[in-house]
Amino acid sequence: MVQPLKRRKESPSQTAGPYVHIGTNPNWVEITGVWQGDLGLDLVAPEAKGERILVKGRVFDGADQPLTDALIEIWQADAAGLYNSPQDKRGQADPHFVGWGRQPTDARTGEFRFETLKPGRVPFPDGRLMAPHITVWVVARGINIGLHTRLYFGDEEKANAEDPVLLRIEHRARVKTLVAPRSEEQGLPCYTFDIHLQGPDETVFFDI
Amino acid sequence: MSHDGPFYQRDRDWHSPAFTPGYKTSILRSPQRALLSIENTLSEMTGPVFGRDILGPRDNDLITNFGGTGEAIGQRLIVYGRVLDENGRGLPGVLVEFWQANAGGRYRHHKEGYRAALDPNFGGCGRAITDQDGGYHFRTIKPGAYPWPNRVNDWRPAHIHFSIFGEAFAQRLITQMYFEGDPMIWQCPIVGTIPSREAIETLVAALDRQATTHMDALAYKFDIVLRGRRQTMFENKLEGH
Ligand SMILES: [Fe+2]
Repeated sequence: MVQPLKRRKESPSQTAGPYVHIGTNPNWVEITGVWQGDLGLDLVAPEAKGERILVKGRVFDGADQPLTDALIEIWQADAAGLYNSPQDKRGQADPHFVGWGRQPTDARTGEFRFETLKPGRVPFPDGRLMAPHITVWVVARGINIGLHTRLYFGDEEKANAEDPVLLRIEHRARVKTLVAPRSEEQGLPCYTFDIHLQGPDETVFFDI
Repeated sequence: MSHDGPFYQRDRDWHSPAFTPGYKTSILRSPQRALLSIENTLSEMTGPVFGRDILGPRDNDLITNFGGTGEAIGQRLIVYGRVLDENGRGLPGVLVEFWQANAGGRYRHHKEGYRAALDPNFGGCGRAITDQDGGYHFRTIKPGAYPWPNRVNDWRPAHIHFSIFGEAFAQRLITQMYFEGDPMIWQCPIVGTIPSREAIETLVAALDRQATTHMDALAYKFDIVLRGRRQTMFENKLEGH
């Protein structure tokens, strides 16, 4: 025998199931009156500093059908590269920008959509700057443990080329699964981030 | 020494794998390639914080938070516990969201196909923010078991869904709570995605006869463990500096 380490084990994940929105977006599934407004719909207050952008996409299963029952969360730095979190000790983030968003995928088209800000660059642990990116987390029926990935921006070629995380991807053809191409919509830059759970274009998911 | 380093690596052998054919929907929704392993960066070691100002007085009372004046039908319960990290530290100020079927096993949702009746006084959602010790509690009714489309005769054991935030996005977790003594736990393909009995048992809430309320509600205790952080020992400081 040896002395026990006495660390606990993380609670095992279980699927969010088909009715996750009852808990996370009750107003969206017509359970109204319990609380006003679902969390995570608005990230940006009018006073927030930075470039307004749209982020949209769909989540495709292994038969290339978009998921119409998924839940997407995003987490990102503000325009100066600071996180609105007590865990970011580098400085005070923009109080008018939450940095966290949550949206269901559309029940008909499967599209998710966020109005947010272009994030600034954040350092990797060794001090090198990462390219601007948004953390994306996907849960749904049939997904046993939440899938963690990142959106990088298609118009940040130079920063992407030196990003310490993207450089770790061994199969270089897969880097593009994390890079959202830019277009315009409603007069704003719009980045399309389609997520593929399986197949030749399977998105790079992270164990982080 | 303080626990402010990166998070312990997630034990992927303890959690369900992505591909679990007994749970059919996972077949086409499971990534097949290796996950990209990266050390924690600020993007994962930070996370959103929710203030108590978002909470209404009945957010943690599923018996009354949907009906105008009426109360939900069913076995009245208090569910309580703590949100801890792997180091055993209670996590204060953490948002916990929960949702469940009604006493008959029916969800208030347009996709629900089970014939059990809706309860006009039950919505099925609630939320709480943990106190200084990581404690939370809510009042609800015991959810019923329900059949679901997997194999033709698969039933879910009674359960409550939980979403927990933690202090950093690396800790983000969704899971389910089961009830002590329920034989259906061991027959469920979704529970069965978890590799070990030991891990499954950590999701089974204990009946706590010492926490009941007189002539009112039974009580179940359900602790939730999120990832813990490493100690930073030699990385920054040497003795005497
Ligand atoms: Fe359920």
